[in-house]
Formats: sequence, C-alpha cells, structure tokens
Amino acid sequence: MFKIIHAQFIAPGIKRFVIEAPRIARKQQPGQFVILRICEQGERIPLTIEKSDPEHGTVNIVVQSIGKTTHLLNSLEAGDSILDIVGPLGKPSEIASYGTVVAIGGGVGTAMAYPTAAAMKRAGNKVISIIGGRNKDLVILEDEMKEVSDTVFVTTDDGSYADKGLVTDKLRQLIENGTRIDLVLAVGPIPMMRAVADMTRKENIRTFVSLNPIMIDGTGMCGGCRVLVEGKSEFACVDGPEFDAHRVDFAVLVQRNAMYRDAEKRSMDEYRQQVEAKKPEAKQAPTEVVTAGCALEAK
Amino acid sequence: MTTEKTVEKVKTKSKNPVPNRDRIKMPRQHMPEQLPVLRAKQFTEVNLGYPEELARQEAIRCLECAKPTCVNDCPVGVKVKDFVQLIVEGKYMEAAAKIREDNVLPAITGRVCPQEDHCEAGCLLKKKGESLGIGYLERFVADYEQQHFDLSTIVKAPPTGKKVAIVGSGPSGLTAAGDLVTKGHAVHVFEALHEIGGVLVYGIPEFRLPKRIIRQQVDYMRAMGVVFETDVVVGRTVTIDELLEEEGYDAVFIGTGAGAPQFMGIPGEHLNGVYSANEFLTRINLMHAYEFPKYDEPLLDFRGKNVAVIGGGNTALDAIRSALRLGAGKAYVLYRRSETEMPARIEEVKHAKEEGIEFQVLAAPVEFLSDDKGWLTGARCIKMELGEPDASGRRRPVPIKGSEYVVPLAVAIMAIGTSANPIIQSTTPGLKTNKWGYIQASETTQRTSRKGVFAGGDIVTGAATVILAMGAGRRAAKGIDEYLTTGQWEEQPV
Repeated sequence: MFKIIHAQFIAPGIKRFVIEAPRIARKQQPGQFVILRICEQGERIPLTIEKSDPEHGTVNIVVQSIGKTTHLLNSLEAGDSILDIVGPLGKPSEIASYGTVVAIGGGVGTAMAYPTAAAMKRAGNKVISIIGGRNKDLVILEDEMKEVSDTVFVTTDDGSYADKGLVTDKLRQLIENGTRIDLVLAVGPIPMMRAVADMTRKENIRTFVSLNPIMIDGTGMCGGCRVLVEGKSEFACVDGPEFDAHRVDFAVLVQRNAMYRDAEKRSMDEYRQQVEAKKPEAKQAPTEVVTAGCALEAK
Repeated sequence: MTTEKTVEKVKTKSKNPVPNRDRIKMPRQHMPEQLPVLRAKQFTEVNLGYPEELARQEAIRCLECAKPTCVNDCPVGVKVKDFVQLIVEGKYMEAAAKIREDNVLPAITGRVCPQEDHCEAGCLLKKKGESLGIGYLERFVADYEQQHFDLSTIVKAPPTGKKVAIVGSGPSGLTAAGDLVTKGHAVHVFEALHEIGGVLVYGIPEFRLPKRIIRQQVDYMRAMGVVFETDVVVGRTVTIDELLEEEGYDAVFIGTGAGAPQFMGIPGEHLNGVYSANEFLTRINLMHAYEFPKYDEPLLDFRGKNVAVIGGGNTALDAIRSALRLGAGKAYVLYRRSETEMPARIEEVKHAKEEGIEFQVLAAPVEFLSDDKGWLTGARCIKMELGEPDASGRRRPVPIKGSEYVVPLAVAIMAIGTSANPIIQSTTPGLKTNKWGYIQASETTQRTSRKGVFAGGDIVTGAATVILAMGAGRRAAKGIDEYLTTGQWEEQPV
C-alpha cells in the first residue's frame, strides 16, 4: 500500500498527489513514469511523475480525470492509500547540453515536460517553455515552469488567458522569428505532438515526444504498448516513453489507443451511475452500493 | 521359487497388497475431468484431481524399482518411489513431507509439469501399458496437504545471519527461496508485478492452474519465513549493485524469466486485434479481464469472433483455449510444422481438441489484413511442407509456392516464443550475457560472472518449462548456500 500524503486539485479535473513511495523517489529521473493500480479489481495505468523528494520518500503525480480509473483516483484524498505503484519506469530523458531547448506542454502533459525542462536548465541549456490549455483554468504548472525556464509562453485555445491559440502557433512564431532552437520536447495530446513533429521535421529540429499508449506491466513483458517507429515495433514502456518525434507513426498510436473505447465507455458510465446513486443519501445511509471494478470508498 | 520370494520381500517392505505381476495388469487411473462442453465455456479447472480411492489404486501400480528412473529423471529429484509408497500406506501427510524435501511447489508441478518428459518417461509400467500417474499422485498429495496441514506448525530453521535477495517470483525464484529459507538464510523475494508467482500467475490460465493454488503455495513459503515484496522492478526501482552494497544482501539470485514477447516481423502486427500471447494472457490471468466489468481491465469482445493463435507450444494452447472460453466462434491453432513437432504437452493438445479447437498445421501467416480503421480482418497464410531437420533437430518448415490462402480473423494471438528482457543485464555492470542476451551462468552452481550473483531459469536458458526452472532454482540455492557458508567464490569464467 502506498499512502497519499497530500492531494489537491490544481485545475478543474486535474489533481496533484504526493505519495509515499521511497524506493521510487530515490531513483526517479526526468521522463520516467509509474504504473499504478488503485485496488484489487483495478486496472493498471501509466502516469507521469512530476517530481520526487528522495529525502522525504515521496513522489508527485498529476492526474487528469478522463476515464473511470482516473476519476476514481481523483476522488482519493490525503490519508487514503493506493494498492500498487511501481516505477520509475521507462528510459529517462536524454539530458545534455544541446543549446536552446524548447519544452512544450499541452494540458496535463506539462507535468511530464516540467521535470525534463528543469533538468535541461540544470544542464546549462537555454530553456524556452510553451505551455497551453483549452482555457485559463486548464493551464497548469505555470509558476513551476517559470522557475526552470528562461522564457515561458502561455497559450489558451479560447483566449481566456495569455495568448489565444495553440502551443504550435507559438512554436511557429519562434521558428519564423529566427529563434535558434536545438531541441524540442513536446508532451501532450497526440494531435498536438503530431503537429509539433510535422512543424519541426520541415525545419530539421531534433524533437522528442513522450508517448502514452495503453500499458499493462510496464517492464517490456506484454508488448501491449508497442508503437510503430519507422515501420518497426518498439515498446513505449522500455524503449520509450520518449521517442524521436519524426520517426513515430502517430496514426497507429491513435488507432491503438482507441482499442478499448467501448469497454472504457462502459466502465465510465457505470462509474457515473455509482457516483449518482451514492450522492443524495450518502450522509444518511452509508450502505454499500454494489459496484463494478474498483469500489468507491465509503467516505 | 525365486520370483515368489522377491515378491514376498517387497510385500513385507512396502505394504503393497498386490503382487508385482498383477500390478502390471492394472490400468492407469484416469484423471477425472470437467466435460468438454462445460469447460469450454468457463475458466474453472479442467482436471478435477484424484479422489482418495483412485489415488490409492494408482499408487498401488508402482513397481518399486530398485533403481527408479523416475527419481533420476526429475529435474528437482523428487523421491517418487518413496512418496508413492507412503500413499499406498495411506500416509498422505508423510507423502507430502517427502515431496517437500525436494520440491517446494508440489501443487503447482502436480498440475503443470510435463511428467511425460521427466519422471514418467522411463517408468517400467510403460513397457506393458501406461506409466504410473506420478503427476496426478503428486497433485493428490499436495491438495490433501493443503486441506489438512496447519501452517503454524512449521518450524523455522535457526537463522544463519545471511541475507539473500531473489529477483523474480516465478518457479525458479520460489524454489530457490524455499530451499534457502530451510537453510536458515533470510530470504527476500522481489517481484515486479503486483502478485507473486511470475509466469505461474500471468501466463498459466485458471483452468490449468488456479490462482488460489499459487496463493496457497506462497502462503506456505511465507509461513516458512520468506519475505515477499511486490511492485519492485529490479534494474529500475533498485539495482543489483544497490541490493548488494546498500541493502546488505550477501547474495542475489536472478530468476526473471524470458519475458519479452517476440513478433514475426510481418506486415500488420500493429493492428487492433493482434496480441502477443503475453499481453492476452496477462490481461486474462493477472488482470481478470474475463471478469470485466467486475474487474476494470478490458479485453476485446471475443463473442462469436474468429480467433487464431500463431504457435504450437503450451502458451499457444493456453491462449487459444482462453479465447474459446471468452466465447470465440471459431478458434484456430496455426502452426508452421506438423503436430508431431508441436512442443505443447500431449494432454493439452488432447484437451484443446476435445473442446473444439481447430488445428491448422503446416501453415503460417505472412501478413495481417485490416479494414480502413486499423482493425484486424484476417490473415494471409501460406502452407508449409517439412524439409531437412534444423538446429533444433525438428524438420524445418518450407513454404509451398502459390499455396497462400486467407483466414478471416478478428483476433490473432502471437505465441511464437519469447526473448530475454534486458532490464537487469543492462543495469548490472560486469554481468555477462550470451549473444541472445541471456545471462551466462554455471550449469552446476548457477553462479554468474559477478561475485555473489546467481541466475537460473528462462533468463539463463531461454524459454523452457516450470520444472526446469525449478531445477535451476534448486541448484542455485545449493550454490548460494555453499558460497554463504564457505565464502569461496570460484573465479573461473562461467
């Protein structure tokens, strides 16, 4: 069991957890992730490590509510426990002195871009960060990014905060302005990463993306997370999660991530029903609702 | 007459009521099984186990050879003749204890060990009929023990003060752990997944090896004093060097298995609907996807669909029989050689056929076909004929020109073998591997090129069987115990 020390929403539907996991905290490097399972009936899902504190033996993860497991996870509070967390998994980011590094974070992807940006800065790079969200509320880790970047640009899709537009619009501006860019790291939704890859390919700018295909064990045993890299299958959990963006087949990534859409929808619908069923009488009658999969904790 | 005399002698010694010449005439007792029509629809165990009466009947058949080949042919050296005689005498707990002297996982080997290749292979009874049902008897004794043994009565060995880390909780790791803890060493087992058992848990399906059996065997080991820690990927969460230098382990055993799945490298393996057997079986066995939505891990909907497994080993059969239980309309085994060369156990092939699995032998896919959304629709296959024997000694399959045909499929499961997972080798300086990435280890003591580090099982030999991995675990435990006792490390290259 892994105890949650601290849990707080940092944006609507996005929660930061500080979790006691001393072994992982001691070893974590930028670019790596964990796989967790909330309870006995739970599925295993990979999640970004934002940062870790080896001294206190804690790791931070940032979770966006998307499907059932992430919704359930985000209903947990400090003092609750998570049954299994394993990591740090994946290859660490290749930290070196490249010159100027542009770190791009889209939505919750900023939490994965952050530790790498910080390490790049420590390695002597000039770091320009571009972070974006659909609206003002969904821009996360702006202050943290400012601390580790020479410049931070913020974009919102609806213009409710900072520059209206996409992170790629800002990247295009930088390129058009003749800004020297030696390396780009992009983490976010697949369409965003694909757009970044298309843009930098033309300019011949070395670009890494951090991929999040469906995973189970995270040790290279199942091969479920295979991504097509220049026509060859590679495993995101051990060969990645970072890949050369110009070699990744994003269409196959989208296709494979859609594999369990029906089941995911069913799980989510049933979870919603459980939440609804619990809501009105919850305080008076804490009777156990018959739940599928990971049960809602009786709070 | 001399023969009469011999029988008399045996009788007094063994308490077997039947003379030898009559034992030969007794038929082998069949294992009671679930009916094929029932079991093809559910994941509960196929073999039901001998009731006491059948076990006694079967045990009585043992000829009590003066030089029993069954003992020699067992990779862990179970004293077969002795435990079978204890069954004849009705001393089942003593029989269990006798097996445990050499095998810490009797309920598991009694179910999944290929006895026909080991203990039962040279059985004298085979000359006149069928060999003794040693595996069935082992299972009977282990299950009897499970029901009647009180774990709290286990007496722990006096501690030696030495600490051993076991990496991986599959058959080799569990065996090494069991043997070492009985010597009094402190044993700590690290497992990457959330459940103990390695391939026994994620690979072998419930209908062949129920999870509760593994848990019971693990509970037994806990009672012996073995400590288990899940969610630790050695090489990532902690390295071998850190275990030795920072965590104070005096020796490490690596038994991580040959876990990396292989693909054929043919077009379309990335399509939705193409699984590695490892992924498919892990979803079902470890993650209980067949119980979705009670469990959260999803699986594609198999009901009424055409499903094929590519390969002819036990993993292939485990996978396709699982697919059938998920409701597959048609379930095929596509194997590139003929049935004679098939590496799967005979019993498994028999069970699969009874359940309605269709075998398409001498055939292999050359390409997977899809719709415009990336979902598998079929496999273009080619027929094979057998040519000259290859390096494995089996006749090589040769494609027949112009014999291509299409099998419509919604799911294809690749069970063509595994390779070495490199995580530990790549994070342990000085640990020698062979050209395929498997760890080099001595065949007698399982020591590696690194002082204090031992390795065994599939990570040394490549994919093999549970019992061979257990044999390596035993040798390693002996090697480790010697090393810890004497402090001697042979510096010869492995």
